[in-house]
Amino acid sequence: MDSEYDLIVVGAGPTGMTSAMFAGRSNLKTLLIERMVPGGQIATTSTVENYPGFTDGIEGPDLSEAMLEHAKKWGAVTTFNEVTGIRVEGDYRVVETPDGDLRAKALIITSGADHRRLGVPGEMEFMGKGVSNCAVCDGAFFADSPVAVIGGGDGAIDEGLYLTRYASKVTVVHRRNELRASKILAERALANPVMDFAWNSVVQSINGDKVVESVTLKDTASGAISELPVEGVFIYVGLVPNTDYLKGMVDLDSGGHILVNPRMETKISGVFAAGDIRQKAARQLVSAAGDGATAAVSVRNYIKALAG
Amino acid sequence: MAKPVEVTEQSFDQAVLQSQEPVLVDFWAPWCAPCRHLAPIVEELAGEYDGKVTFTKLNVDEASSIAAKYGIMSIPTVMVFKGGQAVKQIVGLRPKRDFQGALNEVLS
Repeated sequence: MDSEYDLIVVGAGPTGMTSAMFAGRSNLKTLLIERMVPGGQIATTSTVENYPGFTDGIEGPDLSEAMLEHAKKWGAVTTFNEVTGIRVEGDYRVVETPDGDLRAKALIITSGADHRRLGVPGEMEFMGKGVSNCAVCDGAFFADSPVAVIGGGDGAIDEGLYLTRYASKVTVVHRRNELRASKILAERALANPVMDFAWNSVVQSINGDKVVESVTLKDTASGAISELPVEGVFIYVGLVPNTDYLKGMVDLDSGGHILVNPRMETKISGVFAAGDIRQKAARQLVSAAGDGATAAVSVRNYIKALAG
Repeated sequence: MAKPVEVTEQSFDQAVLQSQEPVLVDFWAPWCAPCRHLAPIVEELAGEYDGKVTFTKLNVDEASSIAAKYGIMSIPTVMVFKGGQAVKQIVGLRPKRDFQGALNEVLS
């Protein structure tokens, strides 16, 4: 693998894959670097119903594989490594990894966001023993068993509905008394006979011996404690942007999202940020991909200006 | 690049437990689309550890008794066996570095 590129894209989710595809089509020598596996959030999403053109929906993993192929078709090179920092060296924008530095004329930061943890006893101990962040990976292990889904947003409800294919009962545990999910999903959930709701409830602990046997819930209104017997716990309580490695290099908002201008450029020239990692009003797949295209076009113009 | 060998309930004992060198087993299922996303990483690892570690994959639907024996409740799960014993277990889609760390420990 070379160590010098026109563009390095950090993170192979939908934004990064779109950036890499656009950059490749502009004949920019592009490296797409991924810490985990390609696809980002859609790698573990069941059905995407709101990506334009897919009237009947498309499976998240299928779409992410297609996006990666699309980026590779136009010349983007992919590698699996962790980015531990970035720095500026004259005209170079440098990406630091445990295996050494990689240099480029421009960077696009698309490292997205990870699932927020509940931070309760049992959560980490039972990861893979009943606790999961991936309904499409693990749902089939809970055939005819009761499970809990924690959260009330689109992610929780979408994956909760997926789990109703397998589980005997899906209890949505939500800290408020109404769902935050979009109306279409909320209505579908409320009408589903397999779904149940623990409103105004927060998880205090996840319990079991070798595997999950129950969750302890606290009613936020009355303070009452109750025990819900479940074998699976699927946690979808929001996302945390992956900006730790950028430590002080770029401006962040109070939620840790990167601030960029309309060209997706951070306060460092030649360093762009796009997708769920940046401060924005809508966090949807189509807007993530759109961000990726905008950033790639900006990089093309930036590199053209560098060349004079 | 080396491709992981599919093991079955019939071949597991010989291919994994009786193996002279450490064996990595990638537990997967056809319905687990995210499991496919681990494949490029496992294939890269198979190239890097060629001659030191045997790379295999196991379909948890077809070899359900083995999946049950090792308490697999989440896939992808990667286990490393040495001398017939399960010595490492990595659950979920994880960074490549985590797999390299586990393999390096097993080899040291």
